[in-house]
Amino acid sequence: MAKQKTPSAPARTKKERDAATEKKIVMLATDVAKRSLAGNEPTVRVPTRTKSNTLWNKKKGILQMGPAAQERGLFNLSQAKSFMQTMLHSSSIKDLIAAEKTLSLRGMFYKGLHTVAGTKEKTFADQDESDGILEDLEVSLAALREELHIFAKKAGTMVGNITIIDSGDEIDCRRMGSGGYAIPSIVEPDVIKFKKCDAKFVLHVEKNTVWSRFNEDRFWEKHNCILTEGGGQPPRGVRRLLRRLNEELGLPVYCLLDCDPWGHYIYSVIKQGSISLAFESERLAIPDVKYLGIRASDYRTCGLSDDVQIALNDTDIKRAKEIAAYPWFQGHKGWQREIDGMLNNGFKMEVESLITKDISYVTETYVPQRLKAKDWLD
Amino acid sequence: MAAKEAVAVAEPKKKSATPKVDAESMATRQRDISVSEFFAKNRHLLGFDNPRKAMLTTIKEAVDNSLDACEEAEILPEIAVIIEDLEPTRPASAKSSRYRVTVVDNGPGIVRKQVENIFGRLLYGSKFHRLKMSRGQQGIGISAAGMYGLITTGRPMAIFTKPKAGQPTHHIELAMNTKTNRAEVTFDKEVKDFPPDRLRKLSAGTRALAEQSGFLTATEFPTGTSVSIELDGKYQRGRGSVDEFLELTAIANPHARIVFVPPTRVTEDDEPDVLTAAEASAAAVAKVTTETNGVIVFPRGVHELPRETKEIQPHPKGIELGILLQMLKDYEATEKGGTLFKFLQDCFCRVSASTASGMCEAIGLTSRTKVADVGPPQAEKLFKVFQESKLAPPPTDCLAPIGVRQLLAGMLKGVRAEFYAASSREADVYRGRPFQIEAAIAFGGELPGDETARVIRFANRVPLLFQQSACSSFKAVSETGWKNYNLSQPRGGIPVGPLVIMIHMASVWVPFTSESKEAIADYDEIRKEMKLALMECGRKLGTYLRKRQRMRREGLRRDVFERYIGEIAKAVHAIMGADPKAIYDALLEQANARTAVADQVLDEDGQVIKDEDPSGPDDDGVLIVHEAIAPAVAQLSSTPFAPLDFGNGSKKQTSKVGAVGKSSASTQAGSKSGSKSTTRAKSKADSAASPKRTAKQAPESAARAELRARAAKAASRKPGSGKPSNDGPRLF
Repeated sequence: MAKQKTPSAPARTKKERDAATEKKIVMLATDVAKRSLAGNEPTVRVPTRTKSNTLWNKKKGILQMGPAAQERGLFNLSQAKSFMQTMLHSSSIKDLIAAEKTLSLRGMFYKGLHTVAGTKEKTFADQDESDGILEDLEVSLAALREELHIFAKKAGTMVGNITIIDSGDEIDCRRMGSGGYAIPSIVEPDVIKFKKCDAKFVLHVEKNTVWSRFNEDRFWEKHNCILTEGGGQPPRGVRRLLRRLNEELGLPVYCLLDCDPWGHYIYSVIKQGSISLAFESERLAIPDVKYLGIRASDYRTCGLSDDVQIALNDTDIKRAKEIAAYPWFQGHKGWQREIDGMLNNGFKMEVESLITKDISYVTETYVPQRLKAKDWLD
Repeated sequence: MAAKEAVAVAEPKKKSATPKVDAESMATRQRDISVSEFFAKNRHLLGFDNPRKAMLTTIKEAVDNSLDACEEAEILPEIAVIIEDLEPTRPASAKSSRYRVTVVDNGPGIVRKQVENIFGRLLYGSKFHRLKMSRGQQGIGISAAGMYGLITTGRPMAIFTKPKAGQPTHHIELAMNTKTNRAEVTFDKEVKDFPPDRLRKLSAGTRALAEQSGFLTATEFPTGTSVSIELDGKYQRGRGSVDEFLELTAIANPHARIVFVPPTRVTEDDEPDVLTAAEASAAAVAKVTTETNGVIVFPRGVHELPRETKEIQPHPKGIELGILLQMLKDYEATEKGGTLFKFLQDCFCRVSASTASGMCEAIGLTSRTKVADVGPPQAEKLFKVFQESKLAPPPTDCLAPIGVRQLLAGMLKGVRAEFYAASSREADVYRGRPFQIEAAIAFGGELPGDETARVIRFANRVPLLFQQSACSSFKAVSETGWKNYNLSQPRGGIPVGPLVIMIHMASVWVPFTSESKEAIADYDEIRKEMKLALMECGRKLGTYLRKRQRMRREGLRRDVFERYIGEIAKAVHAIMGADPKAIYDALLEQANARTAVADQVLDEDGQVIKDEDPSGPDDDGVLIVHEAIAPAVAQLSSTPFAPLDFGNGSKKQTSKVGAVGKSSASTQAGSKSGSKSTTRAKSKADSAASPKRTAKQAPESAARAELRARAAKAASRKPGSGKPSNDGPRLF
């Protein structure tokens, strides 16, 4: 039922948000200047993005960032460089806001990249360094990435019974051919608006290959849904879009992921947020997302052959136990059984393993059966 | 003792000479072997193995005797060593040549009737029978040198000796008769001139020196002895050379002034490595010593004689049973009817009246028992009692250690490093003989970083140049865990790095492995003390190295901060328009304050380096810089947190210093005496004011001066305690 809900944040104009972001950056720089001139160490307060500072909000069913923060100081040998980089990126972002342009993460890396005066040292060793600093800035400034005029590369596809408006262009997701609509990094209402939605639910699959199978079989048409994929761990754009579909259009979201610790973690991230982006859980997490499969028991119930088994290695076992111990999985009997089942099996299974039954087994039998039987993990 | 062994060695030779003879005919051939004859045949035992070593040993024996004599007569030693080339026209390929070696001292001289005995007999001397610290021990040295000269050239030894000021000088020439172990006087005359005038006019160098500051003047040598020996020898620089010996002697005897006149012609060296090493060490010495036309002067570093040493009686635990029996016999012979009680007290140290009577009772005798009545069984019992009884260790006032300050002064003179440490152990005892170990180390500076450390060894202030690996000190060095002090050390070996290790053993009787006195025997007690002394130095070095590393780290830190400050100032300016210069300056000031350790420690430890840092002030090409930072900056490229490389850093520095150092040495040579005295006064004031020198010295034109001041400061720190030490005479 496409039931319109009100967005979580009060809609502000782009201009207002830009002004607010710019103000934050100026405040940051002013603080550095003041402290410097007063003979104090200039610092930037960066909330800690670690597991120890991630809190499980049981009531909301999401992960949230704790109160811990690190004072990043210039006169700390291990932080001096990142302090400098933080200032460089702050300056770059101000430029972007002034120019009313956005840059990709890679673009930001290049914007900040130059040789430190009088040395042979580059300001950023690689893009990873730059990306980390930008995530730090997001939390430090309490601004979203899009508010900083930064986007990530597109990594997600959508097709289905929905028409959207992307930056003014109307896009009918029913007519996307075999490639599908590439989900952009920024999917906020000022970029993407939902125009017309007939779909009753969203089916999110782990990767593109599986998604292609569903698209070719026109699963979304037969079952009146929206079909998305996130290229493994879904990026923020995909997660935000799923959340908006769920929250604003009231569509239930079902996941079809591999039966391995990685698949389990993807579900966990979609459902309650990730550790590194715990500060964004409020607008990314979908607490009522359902895990449709693959289940450990499918090996038996679907009568799969031995050939589909991929043995669990030590890392997998360790990871599975870690996941089982997460507070948000710990008290969940279904999930404890599921992880135990996988460990007892001693092997993992990919969604593609169902192809051994029949090319379209997954689209014609597996998923419809599960949906009908409401056989999923919550 | 040596004589006994000699006979024992010689005996089998005799018997195997002619087989199938009866005891009678053998008896006709059995006769006494003169000690001199024995050593004439076995001259390698005394260090005359080859022409080069013979030359060295001759000089060594003469110099040792001179120093001993001067010290015993409490005269500050003034010694001249002169080598004359008597065959200057020989072909370049000659393996050896004829030289005349002359050693002149300002010692007490020798009375006429003793001359033959001292110079003409082996195993004759004042030092063998007593337990007193001296360089010579057996009484073999100089007479053996004379004998060697006689054997190789047929020329007698020429002696000039003046035992009393104002009295005539004896000029005697001696040829030793090896059969009789007696000297034959071939020339005996009283002359007026001492030191011999001939020597002053020997070469351009000596004439120049005589004009400049006086050379072998009668006022400097009111009494004294001059010994000349002609010998077949070889003069060649390098390891184990006369130059090295004198250099090391100067290190261990800072109270002596030594003038060395080398021969005008040096044997071409067939081992170029050795030559470069020698040149390097000669160059190192040249910083302190002056050289005019080839004449090298090792100046006096301290004006106090070493502490006067006392002769001691043997310690009961340090003798053997046979010796005890002999002592009893001798005592009976001199003190007819003397009691055992008295014998014990008279002939041994650390035996009091109560200990003596206790010992008498312990062997079933009374304190009134006469020595004559002590039979061999009682003597044996007495010997056992000696071993079991609790006795204080022998007194140590018989030892005259070099002292921490003097060690440092000596090392500073001879080795151009950046860090020096010395330690002087408390006296200990081996086989009832007191001994004392001292060690010093020099690190960094111009020392080569990739070679094994150089170990220089001394026994009673005499350098030991040969048989390093047989020496107890060598074992002590290898057994010390240098890795604990941030040095690299191949397993069970000598550490590798820019390091010189000096070990000195002072003892009333140094246990050498052979008569040529080249290596110290490996007694556990000795080695243990050596290790402890080395560890003490090592700990200081380790602390220094850690400090230096910390300085480097701080330097690095500062450098990192400074690099980023500019970027930050620019970014802040771009965001909110603040004055980038003001922010830059404010942050720079903070960075410097926060890394102040880098400067602080440098000043305190006085790193002296000349640097070509273009940003710094550069008055005269000489500058004292923050060494820790300079190489670090040079090494920094794209990897700011690269691990510190010690070896590279110090090497880099080495070459720099070398280049600048030479020029400063030459500019300094002219005004040597003047500038030195002012430095002395300055460093005295410095160390008097406080042991921890805090004031940063302004760059001085003479880098040398800083080095000296540094040594004074270092010397004023007592090992471990950090307080100024009071033992030993002042360095300056």
